[in-house]
Amino acid sequence: MDVLTRIPVREQEPQVRAKNFEEVCYGYNEEEAVAEAGRCLNCKNAQCMKGCPVSINIPGFIAKVKERDFEGAYQVISESSALPAVCGRVCPQESQCEGKCIRGFKGDPVAIGKLERFVADWAREHGIRPKMADKLNGHKVAVIGSGPAGLTCAGDLAKLGYDVTIFEALHKAGGVLSYGIPEFRLPKDKVVAAEVENVKSLGVKIETNVVIGKSVTIDELMENEGFEAVFIGSGAGLPRFMGIPGEQANGVFSANEFLTRNNLMKAFEEGYETPIAEGKKVVVVGGGNVAMDAARTALRLGAEVHIVYRRGEEELPARKEEVHHAKEEGIIFDLLQNPTEILVDENGWVKGIRIIKMELGEPDASGRRSPIEIPGSEYEMECDTVIMSLGTSPNPLISSTTIGLDVNKRKCIVATEETGATSKEGVYAGGDAVTGAATVILAMGAGKAAAKGIDEFLSNK
Amino acid sequence: MYPIVRKEQLADQIILMDIKAPRVAKSCLPGQFIIAKVDEVGERIPLTICDYDREKETVTIVVQTIGAGTKRMMSLNVGDELEDFVGPLGCASELCMEENLEETKKKKIVFIAGGLGTAPVYPQVKWLHEHGIDADVIMGSRTKDLLFYIDEMKAVAGNVYVTTDDGSYGFHGMGTNQLEELVNEGKHYDVCVAIGPMIMMKFVCLLTKKLEIPTVVSMNPIMVDGTGMCGACRLVVDGKVKFACVDGPEFDGHLVDFDQAMKRQQQYKTQEGRAKLAYEEGATHHGGCGHCNG
Repeated sequence: MDVLTRIPVREQEPQVRAKNFEEVCYGYNEEEAVAEAGRCLNCKNAQCMKGCPVSINIPGFIAKVKERDFEGAYQVISESSALPAVCGRVCPQESQCEGKCIRGFKGDPVAIGKLERFVADWAREHGIRPKMADKLNGHKVAVIGSGPAGLTCAGDLAKLGYDVTIFEALHKAGGVLSYGIPEFRLPKDKVVAAEVENVKSLGVKIETNVVIGKSVTIDELMENEGFEAVFIGSGAGLPRFMGIPGEQANGVFSANEFLTRNNLMKAFEEGYETPIAEGKKVVVVGGGNVAMDAARTALRLGAEVHIVYRRGEEELPARKEEVHHAKEEGIIFDLLQNPTEILVDENGWVKGIRIIKMELGEPDASGRRSPIEIPGSEYEMECDTVIMSLGTSPNPLISSTTIGLDVNKRKCIVATEETGATSKEGVYAGGDAVTGAATVILAMGAGKAAAKGIDEFLSNK
Repeated sequence: MYPIVRKEQLADQIILMDIKAPRVAKSCLPGQFIIAKVDEVGERIPLTICDYDREKETVTIVVQTIGAGTKRMMSLNVGDELEDFVGPLGCASELCMEENLEETKKKKIVFIAGGLGTAPVYPQVKWLHEHGIDADVIMGSRTKDLLFYIDEMKAVAGNVYVTTDDGSYGFHGMGTNQLEELVNEGKHYDVCVAIGPMIMMKFVCLLTKKLEIPTVVSMNPIMVDGTGMCGACRLVVDGKVKFACVDGPEFDGHLVDFDQAMKRQQQYKTQEGRAKLAYEEGATHHGGCGHCNG
């Protein structure tokens, strides 16, 4: 065996999976996992851990895998993460743990994400669940939103003995894990529902169909329902549009709408009543993970799909694996291009898109080279569906109904990074509601920090 | 789960239900809406709140057959449960806010309810009545068999004017004709609230613009989550993109781009679906099919 090369992971054939919603990646089996774990150098000063927003003891759990003590490995991961089966699938490992792996200097980094996924899947298949705290401390905490930030915060607090209730606005728990990330990347029943059940098995209650700021406010939760602290993990919010002509036409969707119809409402599955536009030729605008998810979903619904992104390949914000998978499946990348107008037929439906070519100029404030239009390079492409995947702006539902909760000029909730504390006593926040659209694992890191902050606040009260 | 505690047939294809939903009943206000889902495979269906009882913890909704989802909802009976019922969503009507009460009291208000629009108009008129304001109400429908809540409305409104397009009951004509006649007779209104099919609200707004009566409309576009996440319900108001679920559902009717909104309403209606609707709904068809412009 070549120690410089990672054990390959089995995947569905691109041509086959492009037509179904089954999971793309099969993950490691026991033999493969043990072999891959054998590549870990078990560094004393583990760099990988520094790259992990929730500081999982990575060499610790991999050592257990090496010894075939998979349950032990699960216990090590569980100390730090409530959602390992999710993270193993959706974390941008290449820029986190695996990006810092010493093996990566000369060869492939250890497949930490795939090993995490293997351990979590093994534990689920063997019925191993996290246990409730031995003693409850009697303090009630409310968590708003059951996405990655909320589930992590709730799980950590429950382990410490807190009486935690999660309030979820939608009818199903999971937040972006349920409505946003598609089935073929993150199976809903097998993985998401199971991890939500794990959090519940810690004693966490989940009340769905409650819109905080509408059904009940944070102030009411604290004054009337006995919650001593609140964590806001309400997610990103309102989808952005470009502001170009034709954007209100029929056939133009936000990625959020398109994905919610497909993932949460299961429009792709026979028997479910929610409709979805199955375009023939779909243009997805944007280059992030959400854009890849929307594009690959449209492809599976039967369309020819183009991704139009104003920067180049190097600048694509999506995980490398997603871009790679998208290309394998036949998504066409139209890079360094930007829409200027959506063309509309006489009945109000999309009939095409006008696009201008771009080149990269000097780096902007974010350090990325900013795209500049090339004059006279405009062209038109026929299409019947356009999906806008341009990020989101904060939802005002909570900030506008909570007395004394400060937001910044981008309307994101202001919270300190170390503890999640906001301007309002007893109220903590984290995840996309604070940072704007980011990743699952960063939201989990914020949920974790806030759990610690809330524990300190209530312990000293 | 959310039990159905009362069910009444109001008219052909229109039913009323009281749903036990403590959190919604406790906090809802006139002008707001809810989203209901029958079961696992059902759609999320936005419905206006017609009434609420804070003590009994119930919310009254009125449902009309539009598609498969509403049809299945209507087939449920007392004792059955809805799997999901979330709300209240959207902003409360500005006329029905305690803080605006002094201003509102100075105004002469007319409501125009078209078809199912009677349901969301009723709680507003009732709230105003309970706060010492009697508003006039024009209730219109295509024909007599589709009218409902006339007595309930009379109990809380100032004057109630009923119209039918075919003249089978009350004033022969549309709500706009009735309003125009009232104004010609010398009635003065400071504000008009029009709720009903988009085509009706559009024509009310064209008239009230001419009559110089500020007009509020309640928009009911296609929606998924109802909390601002999906953007399906976006519409253009005064040249700006607004989300009906968080910015509305009520808007200044003179600033709404109705033609755009009506086109968007057709988004998920296939040719086949339109034919099916026309067949199933027959004479009770109330627009929203994308075919009749209603």
